[in-house]
Amino acid sequence: MTEITEVPSPFCGIGTDDLSIQVDGVSLKVTANGCAVNTPLFEHAITDTRPRVDGKEASLEAAVAKAADLLKGTKLPVIGGCATDVNGMRGLLALADRCGAVVDNMNFVGARNNFLALQDSGWMNTTLAEVKNRCDLLLVVGTDLEAFAPRFFERYLWTEAMFLEDTSQRQVIYLGKAPSGVASTSPNGTKAHVLECATVDLPEVMAVLRALVKKQPIRAESVAGIAVADLQAIADQLKAAKYGVVTWAAGALAYSQAELTVQMLSEMVKDLNDQNVRCSGLPLAGKEGDQTANQVCGWTTGYPARTRFSRGYPEYDPFLNDTRELLASGEADTLVWVQAFNPVSVPPVTDLPTIVVGRSGMTFTKEPDVFIPVGTPGIDHAGHAYRMDNVVAIRLKKLRDSGLPSTADVLNAIERQCRLG
Amino acid sequence: MLIKLSGGTVYDPAAGIAGQQQDIYIGNGRIINPPADAKPDKEYDLKGKVVMSGAIDMHTHIGGGKGNIARTLLPEDHRQDPVASTHICRSGCGHAMPSTFVTGYRYAEMGYTAGFEPALLPINARQAHMEMGDIPILDKGGYVMLGSDDYLLRMLTAKKDQKAINDYVAWTIQSAKAIGIKVVNPGGINAFKFNQRKLDLDEQNSHYGVSPREILQVLATAVKEIGVSHPLHVHGCNLGVPGNMQTTLDTIQGIGGLPMHLTHIQFHSYGTEGDFKFSSGAAQIAEAVNKNKNITIDVGQILFGQTVTASGDSMRQHANHKHASPNKWVTMDIECDAGCGVVPFKYKDQNFVNALQWAIGLETFLLVDDPWRIFLTTDHPNGAPFTCYPHLIRLLMDKSFRNDMLATIHPEAQKMTTLASIDREYSLQEIAIMTRAGAAKLIGLKDRGGLSAGNWADITVYTDNPNREQMFEKPDYVFKDGELVVVDGKVVATKWGTTHTVKPDFDPSVEKGLKEYFDRYLTMKLGNFKISDEEITEDGRGSITVHPLKG
Ligand SMILES: [Zn+2]
Repeated sequence: MTEITEVPSPFCGIGTDDLSIQVDGVSLKVTANGCAVNTPLFEHAITDTRPRVDGKEASLEAAVAKAADLLKGTKLPVIGGCATDVNGMRGLLALADRCGAVVDNMNFVGARNNFLALQDSGWMNTTLAEVKNRCDLLLVVGTDLEAFAPRFFERYLWTEAMFLEDTSQRQVIYLGKAPSGVASTSPNGTKAHVLECATVDLPEVMAVLRALVKKQPIRAESVAGIAVADLQAIADQLKAAKYGVVTWAAGALAYSQAELTVQMLSEMVKDLNDQNVRCSGLPLAGKEGDQTANQVCGWTTGYPARTRFSRGYPEYDPFLNDTRELLASGEADTLVWVQAFNPVSVPPVTDLPTIVVGRSGMTFTKEPDVFIPVGTPGIDHAGHAYRMDNVVAIRLKKLRDSGLPSTADVLNAIERQCRLG
Repeated sequence: MLIKLSGGTVYDPAAGIAGQQQDIYIGNGRIINPPADAKPDKEYDLKGKVVMSGAIDMHTHIGGGKGNIARTLLPEDHRQDPVASTHICRSGCGHAMPSTFVTGYRYAEMGYTAGFEPALLPINARQAHMEMGDIPILDKGGYVMLGSDDYLLRMLTAKKDQKAINDYVAWTIQSAKAIGIKVVNPGGINAFKFNQRKLDLDEQNSHYGVSPREILQVLATAVKEIGVSHPLHVHGCNLGVPGNMQTTLDTIQGIGGLPMHLTHIQFHSYGTEGDFKFSSGAAQIAEAVNKNKNITIDVGQILFGQTVTASGDSMRQHANHKHASPNKWVTMDIECDAGCGVVPFKYKDQNFVNALQWAIGLETFLLVDDPWRIFLTTDHPNGAPFTCYPHLIRLLMDKSFRNDMLATIHPEAQKMTTLASIDREYSLQEIAIMTRAGAAKLIGLKDRGGLSAGNWADITVYTDNPNREQMFEKPDYVFKDGELVVVDGKVVATKWGTTHTVKPDFDPSVEKGLKEYFDRYLTMKLGNFKISDEEITEDGRGSITVHPLKG
């Protein structure tokens, strides 16, 4: 039995790298700095060790050959999930390029809210160490932050900072959703200031807040149940802050055209900076390789991870290249599901030939034609994953010898087979 | 395999050869002396062809987060230039900020065999290496950015001695797997986080009380004392500000004879004369460069058309956001380490400022005497995409072409430039110095940038053509480490280049202070911050080359 310290996590997205993990053969136990998101995903036991073809155990070679066979005759295979490390994504994109597939990250519907805003007008953002050391006002929009990342407050707010004498004085404001717990309560007992509204009303509320920041007159006295005077107070606080930060999880804004809300708040941040105030955005993401997928697809193709290769070159379409749409419309003819992090995240059920390159322990409603269990980056092999702030790639460690192949091993082998045959 | 390149006209400034007919032999990836019993397995008849070593771009933004932000920001630009896969090449996109694979192919197709990313943020160096790890054919490397990181500024405020700073600088180079040190708007990126919107050479950071001049001094000293060949690589204060010529002259004076490289100097050579209060400072800058032998520069030429500017200079990029075209832009504050700003730009020949910027860059090229101290760059993609290099070479080598182009730009800009009166035309040897021998020497690359025996066989063969643009955009052959990778300007085979680094020594006790700082203030453990060799080599494609230190 050994204990490994300073273990980075690819699961929570906020780049915690201080976990201690006890390794006993292939079983893991988080002994320090675990959380509700990370601990179960580290401790999840290996059950499948052998690939299956048509539900029967098969060698890796046989499973790879079968997967390549299924892909060879296809017109439009879709590679969904895309939840793996940098090398896994490199292999995935090489395979997609080879067989003219669609590449679609499973969190893209949420991420799209950010990409559409970014690609239309841009933003001014910051990263976690700047939040930790500078942020004196955190505005959380439409998101239950501690459910998203349980250790966010402990690691980045209620802790020592270079440029704040007393970090317990930091102000936290929730707009939209109220927090589900007390992580946002300052060590000095001050509770977060919460202005609740229905999530679908956020577009209206954000629009009024931005207007107030821009000193536009507002005639209404309240919006979606929030007094305009309370929003004015937030606008004033943003302007008084030395380093305000506005954070949101794109996936939590689960309503139609939520990209306009992201744009509204990003433009509000720009407005503040044009009024000689520093303020920054902080989009929350980084779950199960979503930033990794978009980064690697970004440098390989120029586009985020909702891109097709069916015409021989990459084409990005944030709506048309949606796995579920392509399955529903009958345009797709094969499904490849890549998910090396989360055994619960299984492919959508379809009658199409299905290849799953997934974490050991997945249970399927419908057995895929090929299932190849792979190691988890940061547990079974070393690798790289991006944190939510998209700048920092963390170096994942190998914690145990499970003998499971990596996503890259498997996808590269399938690509080689497709090339030869 | 023994390869013989027969009878080409060789331009090899590293060996003092300027246009002599010579045979070149290649064995095991390197250039070798003529073997006694020379029976080549393969011979290329190069009579009448021009032979140079592979070109080296010493300043090009090909790896790292801001480039990927630029890519993500501009899907409409990629759609203009889709690149399909072939049985040899991967698909991707081209134009302003090409995908990694296409970057490698297009550089190689112009005869380039190496490119250096000048702005590796320490915290983002891992990403830069991963991106460059997906650039085929080219060798690569990076200069790691310091000067706005809170650790250094704290050291300066605490009056730590030069030795302590040297240790930190050397440690950073090793941790980031870099080959040099870059500073961008010294202290200014940091000052922007404290809401300072400009920072002159002698203006103090409001929190630390440290000026850009002091930062340049300690970093240039550190680079020299730890023995790194590449001089401190400086993106100065006040980028793009009319009148910044004076800042640049003061920066040259202020460094007191220490080796210093001023990058994309075109953006730092502006006066305030004329009706538009914007004029060329190229003559004064060139004079200062000619006089001060410790100074090297690259130009950062602008060329007309759509591109995107991606810089570590968040302060200046924010100030310039109103020029964004299309109107969308990104800035970021990054990890108490640095920052970045990405602003799309469309340089127009009928815009007075853009037209004069074009002329200022060319004046600089033509007025600096010593081709060993000036380098051919567009600061890709900031002044123009690197694919414009053949056009730029023609502008330098062909006076009548240059003057024809000059006659088409904004008329007021024509009046404000001396370009028409400059007769100089670059020679092939001078182009070879700027883009090969000089660049290898400046970066400190051993066994690259030359064609004498012992060098790696990075070789480009051109057909001589009075139209220099056509000549340089389509080499007959390109060899990388002795393998033929390009024929007639098209990739015929791919391979993976190496990552060039240096490993200056430091006192290991430097990690004591760093560990405490990381634990208290940063979001990553010190041990997880340092990049290991395996991260570059473990996929079986990458390799690391460590170059010797000076003295
Ligand atoms: Zn640059």
